[in-house]
Amino acid sequence: MSDRMEPSIYRYILKHSLRAQLLLLAFTLASMPLIYVSLEIPKIIINNAIGGENIPDTVLGFPVDQISFLLVMCCLFLTLVIVNGSIKYFLNVYRGVVGERMLRRLRYELYTRILRFPLPHFKRTSPGEIIPMVTAETEPLGGFIGDSFALPATQGGMLITYLFFIYNQDLLLGVAATALYPFQLYLIPKLQKRVNQLAKQRVLTVRKLADRIGESVSGVNEIHAHGTSRYERADIGSRLGKIYDIRYEIYRRKFFIKFLNNFLAQVTPFFFYSVGGIFVIRGDLTIGALVAVLAAYKDLASPWSELLKYYQMKEDIRVKYTQIVDQFQPSNMLEQALLDDEADQPQVLRGKVLGSNVSFTEDELVKTVDGANFQFEADQQVALLGLNGSGKDELSRLVARLLMASAGQISISGSNIAKLPESVTGTRFGYVGQGAFMFAGTVRDNLVYGLKRRPGVSANEGTDSTPERKQWIRDAREAGNSLDDRNADWIDYAAAGVEDSEALDRRALEICALVEAETDIYQLGLRSTMDPKKQPMLAEQILEARRELRRHLEESGSSDLVEPFDPALYNLNASVAENLMFGTARGSGLRTEALATHQYTQRVLREIGLLDDLVAIGSRVAETMVDLFADLPPGHELFEQFSFISAEDLPDFQLLLGRINSAGMETLSEDEHSRLLALALMLIPARHRLGLLDESLQARLLEARAAFAAQLPPELESQIEFFDPAAYNAAATLQDNILFGKRVYGKAHGASRLNQMVQETVDSLSLHHQIARVGLDYSVGTAGGRLSATLRQKLAIARCLLKQPDILVVNDATSALDSRAEQRVMERLLEHRAGNGVVWVLSRPSLASLFEHVLVAEDGRVVEQGPYSTLAEKPDSALNKLLQAG
Amino acid sequence: MSLESEVKLLRNVPLLAKLDASKLKLLAFASEWLTFETEETLCHQGELGDAAFIIIDGEADILVDSPQGPVNVSTRGAGDVIGEIAILCDVPRTATVQARGRLVVLKVSKDVFMQMVTGYPAVAVEVIRILAERLATTTAELTRTTSELKVLKIAKTHGAP
Repeated sequence: MSDRMEPSIYRYILKHSLRAQLLLLAFTLASMPLIYVSLEIPKIIINNAIGGENIPDTVLGFPVDQISFLLVMCCLFLTLVIVNGSIKYFLNVYRGVVGERMLRRLRYELYTRILRFPLPHFKRTSPGEIIPMVTAETEPLGGFIGDSFALPATQGGMLITYLFFIYNQDLLLGVAATALYPFQLYLIPKLQKRVNQLAKQRVLTVRKLADRIGESVSGVNEIHAHGTSRYERADIGSRLGKIYDIRYEIYRRKFFIKFLNNFLAQVTPFFFYSVGGIFVIRGDLTIGALVAVLAAYKDLASPWSELLKYYQMKEDIRVKYTQIVDQFQPSNMLEQALLDDEADQPQVLRGKVLGSNVSFTEDELVKTVDGANFQFEADQQVALLGLNGSGKDELSRLVARLLMASAGQISISGSNIAKLPESVTGTRFGYVGQGAFMFAGTVRDNLVYGLKRRPGVSANEGTDSTPERKQWIRDAREAGNSLDDRNADWIDYAAAGVEDSEALDRRALEICALVEAETDIYQLGLRSTMDPKKQPMLAEQILEARRELRRHLEESGSSDLVEPFDPALYNLNASVAENLMFGTARGSGLRTEALATHQYTQRVLREIGLLDDLVAIGSRVAETMVDLFADLPPGHELFEQFSFISAEDLPDFQLLLGRINSAGMETLSEDEHSRLLALALMLIPARHRLGLLDESLQARLLEARAAFAAQLPPELESQIEFFDPAAYNAAATLQDNILFGKRVYGKAHGASRLNQMVQETVDSLSLHHQIARVGLDYSVGTAGGRLSATLRQKLAIARCLLKQPDILVVNDATSALDSRAEQRVMERLLEHRAGNGVVWVLSRPSLASLFEHVLVAEDGRVVEQGPYSTLAEKPDSALNKLLQAG
Repeated sequence: MSLESEVKLLRNVPLLAKLDASKLKLLAFASEWLTFETEETLCHQGELGDAAFIIIDGEADILVDSPQGPVNVSTRGAGDVIGEIAILCDVPRTATVQARGRLVVLKVSKDVFMQMVTGYPAVAVEVIRILAERLATTTAELTRTTSELKVLKIAKTHGAP
């Protein structure tokens, strides 16, 4: 792939789809005689076969009469219709395929080029602009590419044929028919030019709009914090207005061109009637010829307007293409080879790291690193110190080969690191920066991300032979796309020093323990659900833990901490809904609100004769809530925390209660019924202590529980996972599965004592690791949003450690940790990497004493380097100044 | 124990005596009812506090750390409020509170307590009164201790009589 993209869309098309275009062209041209014949046959049928003129005696040697001739011709007609239709179908599909294939290639190429952008380029380019370029802006190109050659060829061919016919009839008439063509050919491109400029502007404005919308989404906190939504709306509004104006202008001009064209097309018959008329009157031309020319001219209009439409589209596409391509060739793009080349053999970076005269310039103006000289051993542990803006940040990224030096070079045992392919730098260097980015996926996906450099060999062998996969590879090759199987096992186990996925999990968790993330992952596991069908062993173990916890609680006299789920007993620490369902709702279909409105629930309760009682209890709850909260201003904290009813619903309930008091329950609508029922279902007797559920009610609720389970309609079966003392509950978390009950309210230190008990149980059964592995399956959300910032940073470090790099560069990557945790992690990490290289950019100079070697940066240079003790002894050293300052 | 009977108990707490029934109900509803067994601690000296306790039933020992180990400085009973200092002015707990026998308390979280104090002047005044009373007691004790100390010192310099 050369470094510039083809400058015009035609060159791009020819370069990548010449064969397909020729094929399209050939088929289109080949189909034209057939079209001609299919126009001819109806004439023969009417004139000859039906009219009875010139009927041949034989067809292909068989004797025929009028009827059989007619039938033969009709069959021929039918055949042609089918053949024509098929050709058209094939052409359309193939055109679509060619266009789509080219679109796929273009998008892939654009994306590949994004990966080759030099990193500083991203400071100037926003995702909001790049994304629509690759996705939306390229879209119309696909449709055009299939037509790019075939359409002008066919329409042009037809036009020429008709013109030839007209000129053949009479030279002068021919001249008359085409008299205005030069005028049109001159004027239309002129007009079109302005339209093109407008189209260009439109693309840019839309891009800016996309960018601004993206900005609003990312900066939405600021917008709300400063109350600037009005300003933002004005901004977007003005941009939309600009697009409107441009579009309006484009429409006016575009349709003016169309109007002009149509007008001129209509004017030409004027010449026919006048000039042709005179000829006919004078007898120079037969009237039949004039009529024929007029008919031919009418046919001329359609290819002509098709060509004009094509021309306008071509111009539009041409503008779009250059505008996209321009954005994807910044200067200093990374060499493709750096991305693609695989090292012949695993290379280990050892020896001297030498930076000589390293400079780095951003934007041609600011030299953030300015002739830095430094050296250290690749297996040394190095602290990089300096004030903000001293260039330490850029230096660390230069060492990790994320930035390329604009002058000077960094070498490792003599070889320039700028020449190392990413297959080497990606495995041998580890870099953790300030923003710990997490990809959407599980915790595990993110931890092993650094090991996914190429598809596993074995996985490819097995799958490549299936016909679907073969077809897929053929298509990908045609479009110049990656042939790698995304579904292969990409994890390089050897790079992490393990053999299989199970050992990798173990290793990953060990490393997480090093950065104090293991406990968090374990906790995530404890609060996750898992599929017992996929992990029957673990489900069995969790059930064992459930029994063990019960035993443990009894032995330590703490069984009053949990009220277990007992099918025969009412659970006072669970809500009425939980007691009724006696299970966990899957999805939202049977959550308390939905449960109350569900026909089935109401039917079951009605049959037991509980419905009215529960609704009455609901109204008592509402009464209490109104009593407790009516005086509080809406938005009061106590509302949020304790009320069953939200502040905005409270007045509704007040009215409702008033009506019940005056007119009784009978006046309630079905909806109001359900709302009151929902309140009753939320009630937890032990917690709310409202004294509304007496023992007889509890007994009847137990009856309802049995009925609810017994008559459950099949469509609800998938919505609920019943509590079963002997079965794993797939809808509940691991922790809830172990507890299998409700924590009893009102026990001093109940929660912490219970956690302790669970912890002891898990440890006694050696389940900790298994549960942490479930934690690895936890989905981190978009950009890791479901994890804390601290955990994200810890995981980002762990991700780097897992691939065992030769040199680990840590650039201010522990900022979210508190200072004690930071030091603990640093000490543990340095110990873990004893004998392996570390370059750590420190924000607290006092920590430098933990390192063997210290570099001090100042104004883009390294002003001091050496062992910590040597530098610390010199009273006026830069290190000491930093130590005193910080 | 239902909300109604809790409200009756809260009526006996001097701090809350002046609140009307619906506020007491709200307080009871928003607070946690906790049972402690013998020698279980409600809070530790030096911890940050996030709740005050109102003793409903039973007794609690107030222990203060000393070089000789924890010293029992006083014992509180039903109706007393404990631990309000730590949540009023963000200082660590000044003492450890331990259950003497079975103890039932209402744990009022910092949020709810502050809501009560800021929302109802009667409660605020009552809190001030209790604190002032305590201050008076402490001052009196301090004066007494200081004079005793002086007497001891004088005795020491002039020799035993």
